[in-house]
Amino acid sequence: MGSIATSGHAVDLAKLEPVFDKYKDMANGSLIPVLQGAQDAYGFLPIAALQAIAKRLNVPISQIYGVVTFYAQFRLVPRGKHVIRSCQGTACHVRNSARILESLKTVLGVAPGDTTEDLKFTLETVACIGCCSLAPVMMIDTDAHGRLRPDRVPKILDSYSN
Amino acid sequence: MTSTIPLTRLKNAGDLEALKNKIFPGLALRKDPNAQPYEGVTHNIMVCCDTGCTSSGAKAIVTAFEKDLAEKGLDKKVEIVVIGCHGFCEMGPLIVVYPDDVYYVHLKPEDIPEIVEETIKGGRPVEKFLYHDRETLKPVVKYREIEFYAKQNRILLTNCGHIHPERVTEYIANDGYKALAKALSMKDDTTALLEEVKLSGLRGRGGGGFPTGRKWELCRNAPGDKKYIICNADEGDPGAFMDRSLMEGDPHRLVEGMTIGGLIIGANEGYIYCRAEYPLAIRRLKLAISQAEELGVLGDNILGSGWSFHLHIKEGAGAFVCGEETALIHSIEGKRGMPTARPPFPAISGLWGKPTNNNNVETWANIPGIILKGGAWYASYGTEKSKGTKVFALTGKVRNTGLAEVPMGMTMREIIFGIGGGIQNDKKFKAVQIGGPSGGCLPDSMIDRPVDYDSLIEAGAMMGSGGLVVVDEDTCMVDLARFFLSFTRDESCGKCTPCREGSTRMLNILTNITQGKGKPGDIELLEELARNIKLSSLCGLGQTCPNPILSTIRYFRHEYEAHIYEKKCPARQCVDLLTYFIDVEKCVGCGSCKKICPANAIDGNKKEPHIIDIQKCIKCGSCIDACKKYKAVTRK
Amino acid sequence: MTKTVSITIDNQTVTVPAGVTVWGAARKLGIHIPTLCHHFDVKPYSGCRVCVVEVQGGRALTAACSHPVTDGLVVFTNSPKVREARRLVVELLLANHPHDCLTCDRNQTCELQKLALDLGVKEIRFEKSKPTWEIDDTSPSLVRDPNKCILCGRCVRFCADKQTCAVYTFANRGFSSIVTPAFGKGLGEVHCTLCGQCSSICPVGAITVKDDTAAVIAAIDDPEKIVIVQTAPSVRVALGEMFGDAPGSVVTGKMVAGLKRLGFDRVLDTNFTADVTIMEEATEFTHRLNAGKDIPMITSCSPGWINFMEMFYPDLIHHHSTCKSPQQIFGALVKTYYAQKENLDPSKIVSVSIMPCTAKKYECTRPEMNASGYQDVDYVLTTRELGRLLKSYGVSFNDLAPLPYDPVMGVGTGAGTIFGNTGGVMEAALRTAYEVVTKKTLPAIEFTAIRGMGGLREAEIDLDGSKIKVAIAHGLGNARMVMESIKAGNPRGWHFIEVMACPGGCISGGGQPIATDINYRAKRIAGLYDDDRHLSLRKSHENPEVQQLYTEFLKEPCGHLSHKLLHTTIHNAHADLL
Repeated sequence: MGSIATSGHAVDLAKLEPVFDKYKDMANGSLIPVLQGAQDAYGFLPIAALQAIAKRLNVPISQIYGVVTFYAQFRLVPRGKHVIRSCQGTACHVRNSARILESLKTVLGVAPGDTTEDLKFTLETVACIGCCSLAPVMMIDTDAHGRLRPDRVPKILDSYSN
Repeated sequence: MTSTIPLTRLKNAGDLEALKNKIFPGLALRKDPNAQPYEGVTHNIMVCCDTGCTSSGAKAIVTAFEKDLAEKGLDKKVEIVVIGCHGFCEMGPLIVVYPDDVYYVHLKPEDIPEIVEETIKGGRPVEKFLYHDRETLKPVVKYREIEFYAKQNRILLTNCGHIHPERVTEYIANDGYKALAKALSMKDDTTALLEEVKLSGLRGRGGGGFPTGRKWELCRNAPGDKKYIICNADEGDPGAFMDRSLMEGDPHRLVEGMTIGGLIIGANEGYIYCRAEYPLAIRRLKLAISQAEELGVLGDNILGSGWSFHLHIKEGAGAFVCGEETALIHSIEGKRGMPTARPPFPAISGLWGKPTNNNNVETWANIPGIILKGGAWYASYGTEKSKGTKVFALTGKVRNTGLAEVPMGMTMREIIFGIGGGIQNDKKFKAVQIGGPSGGCLPDSMIDRPVDYDSLIEAGAMMGSGGLVVVDEDTCMVDLARFFLSFTRDESCGKCTPCREGSTRMLNILTNITQGKGKPGDIELLEELARNIKLSSLCGLGQTCPNPILSTIRYFRHEYEAHIYEKKCPARQCVDLLTYFIDVEKCVGCGSCKKICPANAIDGNKKEPHIIDIQKCIKCGSCIDACKKYKAVTRK
Repeated sequence: MTKTVSITIDNQTVTVPAGVTVWGAARKLGIHIPTLCHHFDVKPYSGCRVCVVEVQGGRALTAACSHPVTDGLVVFTNSPKVREARRLVVELLLANHPHDCLTCDRNQTCELQKLALDLGVKEIRFEKSKPTWEIDDTSPSLVRDPNKCILCGRCVRFCADKQTCAVYTFANRGFSSIVTPAFGKGLGEVHCTLCGQCSSICPVGAITVKDDTAAVIAAIDDPEKIVIVQTAPSVRVALGEMFGDAPGSVVTGKMVAGLKRLGFDRVLDTNFTADVTIMEEATEFTHRLNAGKDIPMITSCSPGWINFMEMFYPDLIHHHSTCKSPQQIFGALVKTYYAQKENLDPSKIVSVSIMPCTAKKYECTRPEMNASGYQDVDYVLTTRELGRLLKSYGVSFNDLAPLPYDPVMGVGTGAGTIFGNTGGVMEAALRTAYEVVTKKTLPAIEFTAIRGMGGLREAEIDLDGSKIKVAIAHGLGNARMVMESIKAGNPRGWHFIEVMACPGGCISGGGQPIATDINYRAKRIAGLYDDDRHLSLRKSHENPEVQQLYTEFLKEPCGHLSHKLLHTTIHNAHADLL
């Protein structure tokens, strides 16, 4: 259970109320939208928040854990301020996206799925972001950066350094 | 400006027609080179701000225009229209200036003042910003004359790149919601509407190719009062972005298509399940839904007909398998997206156990055209068994990457070499991968066949959602198969043994082969695994995941054999099978390779030929990049 | 009339009711389609793909466990394609399974092992490449070894669908999938009632029962200790299955003989304390009914059920009978009453119980279960552990000459015996309550109205004019319905409720032999009713040893000493769990 933040974070459960409110009329199937909303509110999904969601939606906590670990979007640990998603799609692959990822790993010093120590960047890979014509591509937060070359990576990261 | 026309609820088809007539003159500039200014507006500048062009810097182009036009006092006369995907993504950022009908590509913010000066004020095209034909090297002013566009047949993408996707008015001006009005006028005879869909011959554009009309009929005839329809917008195939472009460029077409579908099937509620990786598409769809509701073409009592239809958006949370319809349904229900066995089919028991019909974006978006112009019109495009057009996302090592809509039955060669302009850097075409992780590849010998559902299956590939990834002589086919398998392995839901365990086993074998650890018998073992995984997996993901392997073995068996028996990668891509060396004849001893080598594997005195210590070499390729000038470093 | 359809399987045509699966239809024809993820106790999952069959006209193979029959369906269950696919599936599973069958708890009862043998999988062409998971031994009753898990999801479905506890989930996806409690916690850290049904339904050795045989052997081998064993009612109708008997075969005498062979000093019967339980519970019930307090009263002999109540309905705990379970009453008496009567030093007594139940292993360790001044029950062995112990001692069980229980706490009535099945406690209580309250002899001793397998059964019993509404629930899903009803103000007006955690009652407890017969519950229950029918004593209050206990020691049911030894306070012992 090592990597899961079980304590040390004071979780303000009040942040969940607007999320519950937004989906209160959804008779069924509100679990995933509520989890998405909760993740937006906290940046990740703290266990205490998941327990509160389990209680409110009357869904077993085990089922919530199953859902959270199934979908790539959900995080049980805090993420960096900026999320970098290095595209590993086919078009990017044949245009050498592996070298872009290598460069990101070197510059940031973290492996995909991990966050830099200063909590600035989280590095992830993504199956495809649909910018195939600009391959190889990465997405930082909601900006797509295309036609990448390994040597351009540091400069792009610099522009997010604040 | 059409954006200033207030939206009020439309009470009937007549109101819709009246609104259209009111808006239409505002868009005349884009249709008629001699159009008169409308409310003082003399020009429309269409700037493609689709995800692709945005990442190429389109937003800065918009800002530059705004600034320059304001400075020159032209901001009231020139309207900047942000558009969705114009198609030719390779050329972004790109714009079209109306009424002059001038097409500029690869723009930079500093180019803008010159365009305003010359084209807007002077009425002259600026040659250096125009597209130049690759063969003749001559500039082309009108985009329609460029081969990339000229060979396409855009009946579905007709609005994409031509209207402001966030303005319902522009959609309505282009006959938007007219098909819905027509369908509602026949609401007591929805069988006739269904017949039109059947007549069109439209087949599911998500991959399977099941006839849409027949699929709808199953759900329509299923017992039950409450029914659902779903739009699968979880476009997960790497290398495919048709659906994203459609949603970003013409969102109302999807809304209208689903609303008509709901009427025909008998569903009052629909869901669009869109991947969260498409934030712009989601935003535009949400906007489109609220505009449509405001206008009364969606929601309760649509166009005063008494019929109601509600549409919701569900954001996917990142799982490729949710493209499988039962998995998608479970995901909407808030569960893990794990497929369940069919039967029962969703048409009988789907979302929350109710009859449910699921189609993808492209399928739904084709409906308004079919209803408005008739099934026979649609069926006039395409081949005998595959009707209509298909949008392909053309990517990889092809010159012209972008969106291509062509009639079914066009040959792959016409698509790749005609529309796509051939292979980048004059390399040799090797294969085209179609259908993503579920599809296969077609080698040179197969690309003169017409592209349709059945011939692709015959050739060991499949239509999939329509991603075409072109690969050249530098792509290793074993590595490409390995790439797809690593994708499937990561995206397998883990429920059934063949897919969960089998894809991993296939991946292990492929990885071994690309690392020079292949053994005699590996190809046969791969074939045995592939055959059985296809047969015994629970869902389409597992049943099709061996296709990339089977098709590469079918057409490129010699590449597998070269890896296994000769320990060589013919495409010189598999790092473990490569050796780097320096050609002493070419090396001038500049030392740039030595400097850049991260492993200190290169040694040599200044102005003398250098050598690579192959024991130390990590085969990163930095030295080759560093020696672009002399080309002394090679690998084999 | 049910609609029927005709289908052809392996060239034989059969007519079956619409809605059954291909797997079920094939069974009718005597065609065995192997399964792994499918089990008759849970809904089909169609995940393992071992049961794939060829349906004529189908592109791919289909899972027989879930495919519904349709008229005219033509199925081949054993074509070359099917055989190759099945073998490969098993090979793939074995490639990621530890090859330690010889030392595995489920050696010879493992379904994967059997399948590999049956299908002739002789070679594994792939290297193991799964990560190694930590073994979870946080639970007092169960041990989970995720390395052995084949992801069939039987435990996930049973726990969620039947028991409504949803302790397990699938986490991650694809090759990284794992079955686990939430957040990868241990079973001992989450709301697990310890019913142990997961260990019975697991096809392999991924969930097993904690093995306490070593401690028991050590006690037996210690000459200082007096090792006294009690055997629960339902062990006698199941133990034989481990030695080839049919489910429901009553092997009481052989079991007693076997226990003596193992070296237990005294072999006594939990049926005796089941009878005591009835004396206490029937009295407690009449008191509560007269006082109109804490009605409905709910039985408390199933420790999995007690855990459930404490974990999920802590506010309703007062509805529980305060009476301890027969195991714990036995433990409290053996180190007090029995020790006095037999002149034994209670500090030297090691009290062992043979139980069908995994939750009993936890119950005996609860801090309040030391009324005798010692831990009342020292060790609990499940039926499976006993069977294995007998085998390891070379006891030829089938050849044993039956022996009777030792005296003083060795006599049990038919009422005690039927404690092992759903409805049995209620029936036993009614047999006594009727005669005690009405002072009349029961006209018909068998309360057939409350027998059966219905998940939640109700009846109204006329106790000479006063009508008592009773309910019986087995399986925690049904228990939850009962609790929801009580929470809603008891609209059905129940007075007395029997709840058993395990479907069918103790006869299918988590520690019973692994069942292979689809009708094993019914057969074991029939065995208990049969045992009851053949006993001369069938009412708890007529048990002479029980009468002697009250005369010589306890004085009266629910009296002062009873309260000290036989009753407890139930409290939520699980508040700190996730």
